[in-house]
Amino acid sequence: MALRRLRRDRAALMSGLLLLLLVAACLAAPLWARHVARTTPVANHITDTVILDGERRDVVSLDGIPIGPTWSGRFFLGADGNGRDVMVRLLYGGRNSLLIGFGAALATVLCALVLGLVAGYFGGLLDAVIARGLDVLWSFPAILLGVALGVALALGGLELGPVTIEGGSLLIPVLVLSVIGIPYLARPIRGQVLALREQEFVDAARLQGQSALSIMRAELLPHLTSTVIVFLPLVVGNAILLEAALSFLGAGVQPPQSSWGNMIGEGVQLVTSAPHLAIVPGLMLVLTVISLNVLADAVRDALDARLNLRLEH
Amino acid sequence: MAAFVVRRLSSMALVLFTVSVLVFAVFNVIPNGDPAVRMAGQAPSDFEIQAIRQEWGFDEPVWVQYATMMRKLATGDVVSYFTQANVVDEIVRGAPHTFSLAIGAALIWFAVGVVLGLVSAVRAGRASDRLITVLAVIGVSVPGFWVGALANHYLGFRLGIFPNGGYVPLTENPLRWAYHLVLPWLTLALLLTGVYARVLRTHLLDTLSASHVQAARAKGITGRQVLLRHVLRNSLIPVVTLWGLDFGVVVGGGAILIEAVFDLEGVGQYAAQAIGDLDVPPVLAVTLFGAFFIVVVNALVDIAYAWLDPRVRPR
Repeated sequence: MALRRLRRDRAALMSGLLLLLLVAACLAAPLWARHVARTTPVANHITDTVILDGERRDVVSLDGIPIGPTWSGRFFLGADGNGRDVMVRLLYGGRNSLLIGFGAALATVLCALVLGLVAGYFGGLLDAVIARGLDVLWSFPAILLGVALGVALALGGLELGPVTIEGGSLLIPVLVLSVIGIPYLARPIRGQVLALREQEFVDAARLQGQSALSIMRAELLPHLTSTVIVFLPLVVGNAILLEAALSFLGAGVQPPQSSWGNMIGEGVQLVTSAPHLAIVPGLMLVLTVISLNVLADAVRDALDARLNLRLEH
Repeated sequence: MAAFVVRRLSSMALVLFTVSVLVFAVFNVIPNGDPAVRMAGQAPSDFEIQAIRQEWGFDEPVWVQYATMMRKLATGDVVSYFTQANVVDEIVRGAPHTFSLAIGAALIWFAVGVVLGLVSAVRAGRASDRLITVLAVIGVSVPGFWVGALANHYLGFRLGIFPNGGYVPLTENPLRWAYHLVLPWLTLALLLTGVYARVLRTHLLDTLSASHVQAARAKGITGRQVLLRHVLRNSLIPVVTLWGLDFGVVVGGGAILIEAVFDLEGVGQYAAQAIGDLDVPPVLAVTLFGAFFIVVVNALVDIAYAWLDPRVRPR
């Protein structure tokens, strides 16, 4: 038993390490771009040549096929159809994917906590309205909703009073993904709050004259932390996957910016002539999400939390 | 019980209504979304735009437009803004493609998931245990469209073992129908098989230690019979529930990406194209189609539960 747990922990340790490595690599993107590849993620080199094995070769051949991995310096992982350095785009794209994943997950958790706490604690009409709203979001086919919102917002941007978000902004996928994710998290949290509300310590706090806000913050919130900790890596992983799906359909990160999702999307278009364009970003994405999920698994075992979460992608 | 069913069904209608309003609203409030301008083609005159507005009723208040759209949808008269094709016809044409994909994949992931779950529960802690854990993690960590695209490229295009995408109707040639769908089925099933095996395994292990199982053992029934008749039967209930819900999700749009990658021309792929053009009628219709399946399956599951287990019935 102890041995099994140790092995579990080792898997968690390794995936945590892998995750740190991936994040560090993406953070180091500008270093690689400036000193090794000497280019930027959006610079085209369509007419450039590169010396490979002492031979001068076109970055993009005359019939439009980009060069494969050179495994050294410039075009380490080859070029894409526009002659852009895939390694550089991969690292910068990773920044965007991770940023969107973590950003959307944090926004989801915050909104879900607020909605779940308010609905569960106050009950009554407020609860009915929130619960119905969550039902509606839940019944939306997730990808359809995401694509519809993503395309609409990417085209027109968003103007909410004083706040204006440009169509190409990374905030749009964050917004879309967090909206999609809310019901999956808010429903279990609401259920948990409903059960907690009936317990003596909440009555005690109420009789002491604590306000609803402070009861939620000081009495209820601490009981929800293990739920949130277990869900967080899962939600991050799922947001990264969904971002990829949306970008694949043209509703996520907008070109010329890269993300793993839109790189896979572009790669799939060219898969017959340059399969590395689809394989490389896909592998990065899969490694990241696997390590997040293994981590979440280990955390759940460690906390022995019996939770059910269903996410779709 | 009857009251419960009525309440459940009416809340279903309410949800569908809200979904339709939301979709309509999203596409009506976006800037640059004016369909008349985009339908008029390049360099239109104000007069042309005005004429299109009047012809299609875009100059009327939003709620009137919404009501017109829903009425047309109900009578099957709604047409696309850009291709003028009848939306309901298009969905009816694509539905068999989507259902073929969803039903086949659902059968595979259920059957394989149950077998794996059963084996790993009987031999807990062995290699099969690790296998389903790995399968489950891979299933939830891999983008299905990526796996599908690579499988289609390497197995279909390069090696030629499978066809390179496309769909053949079942009525035309059942063998070719299945042949064209094997890769999409397996891709979709890969995402869920591990999860099912894991869920079943957990419930099996719980049930194995339940008192009625010990009683059955004490009666002297053989191990295999106990397992199949007393344990598996009970543990399958939550798995079947999950299966129903997931099936609804897949039909209701979860399979868009797989359809697009394998060029199956199902309902999802139709919607994806329409969204790219900001073509409201098809998007609205397909979203309602998808939401309908998700909501109906949810309601059926709730009602079935209430029927099986009176404790769940609220009041």
